[in-house]
Amino acid sequence: MLAKRIIPCLDVKDGRVVKGINFVGIKEIGDPVEFAAEYDRQGADEIVFLDINASHEGRGTMLDVVKRTAEKVFVPLTVGGGIRTVEDIRDTLRAGADKVSINSAAVKNPGLIKEAAALFGSQCVVLAADAKKTPGGHYTVVINGGRIDTGIELTGWVKKAEELGAGEILLTSMDTDGIKNGFDIDMLKAVCKAVKIPVVASGGAGRLEHFAEVFMKTNCSAALAASLFHYRELTVEEIKEDCRSKGIEIR
Amino acid sequence: MIAVIDYGAGNIFSVKNALDFLGLENKLTSAKNEIEAADAVILPGVGAFSYAMKMLEEKGLTEVLQKQAGEKPFLGICLGMQILFEKGYEFEETDGLGLIKGEVRKIILPGLSVPHMGWNRLVHRNDCALLSGLGSDGYVYFVHSYAAECEVGNISAYCEYGREITALVHDGGYVYGAQFHPEKSGETGLRILRNFAELITG
Repeated sequence: MLAKRIIPCLDVKDGRVVKGINFVGIKEIGDPVEFAAEYDRQGADEIVFLDINASHEGRGTMLDVVKRTAEKVFVPLTVGGGIRTVEDIRDTLRAGADKVSINSAAVKNPGLIKEAAALFGSQCVVLAADAKKTPGGHYTVVINGGRIDTGIELTGWVKKAEELGAGEILLTSMDTDGIKNGFDIDMLKAVCKAVKIPVVASGGAGRLEHFAEVFMKTNCSAALAASLFHYRELTVEEIKEDCRSKGIEIR
Repeated sequence: MIAVIDYGAGNIFSVKNALDFLGLENKLTSAKNEIEAADAVILPGVGAFSYAMKMLEEKGLTEVLQKQAGEKPFLGICLGMQILFEKGYEFEETDGLGLIKGEVRKIILPGLSVPHMGWNRLVHRNDCALLSGLGSDGYVYFVHSYAAECEVGNISAYCEYGREITALVHDGGYVYGAQFHPEKSGETGLRILRNFAELITG
């Protein structure tokens, strides 16, 4: 069977790695290519680059980071942030990315998922959804780094994305992101139940056991974290060892 | 020099990146004379079986590749592996290169998602030069919806995904095929590419 994946995410701004807490208070901490190579050495199953300030001028810088990473890191690379058009996707894949993740642009234009899947294949189209719980107990999709609540109901949205051709869902809970108290198990369960395509858990990992927990309590295929790895609080190896000792299939 | 066939199907640059990283001389090419002069051939590919065969036909490469496969180490990767077989059924029934006996059919697995995408463990079935130095715990990266159905004797390794999925094949001569992406499979994948390059005799 497929091994559960551990995915370090690198938030990149102007070609440098940064990590924010609840998307504010961004702090710069280093060269993305070096971080990616280090995560590869630790056994990362995939690496995600998220361009968090993707201005039009900044895109070239990101593509250069992707290209340099693809020359020395031989695990799948996913790139997201500011991808708005089929041309953006083509450029990113050509630079060496294996998948692109689309977030706000898909909400504004769901047809982009369909078009991208038809042109490049579903395997490289990841729908990134950021969501939070409403006071009424539903989950709604937020965009623009959490600044705008779209009011769109989450499970309906991921189902639609799957129908349009998305190959994977990267789900970030804005309620748990940066809090380090564990992944949002309930939200992840709801999304895993809604779709058949793989779901990547994101937002909230703070301790070793949070990874095994998300794999034991949900059907997620992968778990993603950023700051834990950046600040060397945990290594990918340590997480994998903990999961393995709990009987979870890990590469 | 390893000729990496550039025929408009898939991300050939990641294959090139991996060969460069390993210090293996290589060239992206669709030129007949360069393919004939090469010491080995890698046929990559992402996309549909019928499209890949059409592209090879259009570039006049079908017969060259069939001939070279009998003369020097030849590795098909992902879709490049699938078209080594006699027939494929993606969109329409299409003849492949016919280098290995067998057919490529859609994976149908109730309850499991297709494409089969992610890291899966290689289970060794027959001795194979490409698996040299690899233990039984090697995971490699797969992305595919179709799988080869062929004779057990040609299967070097398979993986478990609801059933046995053909992962690595060998015709007994020069021809090898990897359903997974060795260029995206970390250390294990790089070792397989290095093992392939070692088949080149001086």
